[in-house]
Amino acid sequence: MAKGIFIIVEQRNLEIRKVSLELLSQGRKIADQTGDPLVAIILGQGIDGLAATAAASGADKVILVDDAKLADYTTGAYTSVLNKIIRKEEPQAVLMGNTAIGKDLAPRLAQRLGVGLASDCTGMETDAASFLVFKRPIYAGKAFEYLTSNVRPILATVRPNTFALAAPDASRSAEVVKEAADIDAADLRAILKEVAIAASKRPDLTEANIIVSGGRGMKGPENYVILEALADVIGAAVGASRAAVDSGWKEHKFQVGQTGKTVAPTLYIACGISGAIQHLAGMGSSKFIVAINKDPEANIFNVADYGIVGDLFDVVPVLTEEFKKIVK
Amino acid sequence: MNIIVYIKQTFDTEAKIVLDGSGKIDANGVNLIINPYDEFAIEEGIRLKEKFGGEVTVVSIGGARAQEAIRTALAMGADKGVLVTDPALESADEWGIAETLAKAAAKVPCDILITGRIAIDDGASQLGIRLAEILNVPSISSILKLDIEGTHVTAVREIDGGTETIEADLPVILTAQKGLNDPRYPSVAGIMKAKKKPLQTFSLADLGLSAGDLAPKMSVQKYTLPEARQAGRKIPGDAAPAAQELARLLHEEAKIL
Repeated sequence: MAKGIFIIVEQRNLEIRKVSLELLSQGRKIADQTGDPLVAIILGQGIDGLAATAAASGADKVILVDDAKLADYTTGAYTSVLNKIIRKEEPQAVLMGNTAIGKDLAPRLAQRLGVGLASDCTGMETDAASFLVFKRPIYAGKAFEYLTSNVRPILATVRPNTFALAAPDASRSAEVVKEAADIDAADLRAILKEVAIAASKRPDLTEANIIVSGGRGMKGPENYVILEALADVIGAAVGASRAAVDSGWKEHKFQVGQTGKTVAPTLYIACGISGAIQHLAGMGSSKFIVAINKDPEANIFNVADYGIVGDLFDVVPVLTEEFKKIVK
Repeated sequence: MNIIVYIKQTFDTEAKIVLDGSGKIDANGVNLIINPYDEFAIEEGIRLKEKFGGEVTVVSIGGARAQEAIRTALAMGADKGVLVTDPALESADEWGIAETLAKAAAKVPCDILITGRIAIDDGASQLGIRLAEILNVPSISSILKLDIEGTHVTAVREIDGGTETIEADLPVILTAQKGLNDPRYPSVAGIMKAKKKPLQTFSLADLGLSAGDLAPKMSVQKYTLPEARQAGRKIPGDAAPAAQELARLLHEEAKIL
């Protein structure tokens, strides 16, 4: 009988990523409802210190797989190790973040386990008949589907910023189990040669609480400095519309929308963005939307909580100064 | 070098989504396009053929209308088309589609298979990687750059906040991210030629599969549409006082800052 809710905890430079902590927080709530143990699985090298963080965030048990071959993520090695642990432990559900790693790992793991996968979920509820029901956006958020799994374990990746972080409880302790990394040779065929992380003091677009985004109204790549100044006062990420990316002003990794990133920050500030349906699909589930646009008829005003009809080059610098007064 | 490009026909990104009487996504009157990420895959496949020789076979799974998508890829420069079409595939999940595609891929000589990193309709982003697992080959997902020398593949892929470089030997499966290339438009001559290029159609039975083999692992309970957002308020006045008022509202009323 399958038992347990497993969270595949992602670490980067020996720090647990925020989405994994969000999953432990939500996993704790679900485990309390279903009576299942909440188990954190952490892969990497030199990761002993992360067990206490996982326990404080809600895990009843922490499985550590510590090996030089797992220091950096590779599809094959991580699939090899996780497949064996999951087959041995037979959990009800296995959850991970819909990050670059989650997007690459989860389909491979699902296929090896012969199970389905609910990817990029933005909601999860317990259900008497199917254990868990997942809500996930389709058509980039123009509609939602609710998925259940007919087999066990249930696999899902969950979008960052979906679940609230619970305050860590340092008095919590967890059983810590160390497993050896049992990696099949066939899973080492793709070799990681180099990792290049762009030096940025700004948060990742998909994990940011606040995003300041610029569109065609920015008029050119040189003008993004005024958005960056605003973003840095409030710890925001900087995004762009497809129009700005297709004009070559920003790289595609900054694009928000149906053919870019789908984001759900607490606050989205759209500057010089008209609000095409593809853009709204990518940011429409933001909790709070602010629009600054010269065109009073711009579609973005139909979804904005606060709007200013005006020239962003006049509005944004004043806003930056006002934010400085508030956050100092 | 023989290349398979898997493409999916999707709704146009302009499409407004509505539900039909039975609560399902209504495809009536919707413009269909090649999934934009699959266009990068087609372009990369054609470039590999132009460099190394061989053939590009475009494979799709879908209804009769998916032939249009395959013809477009053939007009861009792909050589052959394969469409797997069967009513039983309508209820298949990502697992079942991957199993079906694996059988279809086995009918075509292939050193490298490329597809888009995600389909903009279901947003599942699973197929290429699942297929690699079935075919027991390495996969490199979300690639931005590709170099092949002999049988050695070097690809740069996007990760959160940066990139990584992965090496593997053929055969491999790759999924294409925006930025990999700039897809060409079909030329008039290409469109004429495409009409004469071979397009084979397979049913599940042709692939040795039955509907029962594809019993889905996942079930859709229901579809919903997002609640319409209400337009909020426009802050009147000149730029400077409006910006000051906006900052005050975000701080005091919305309590975000």
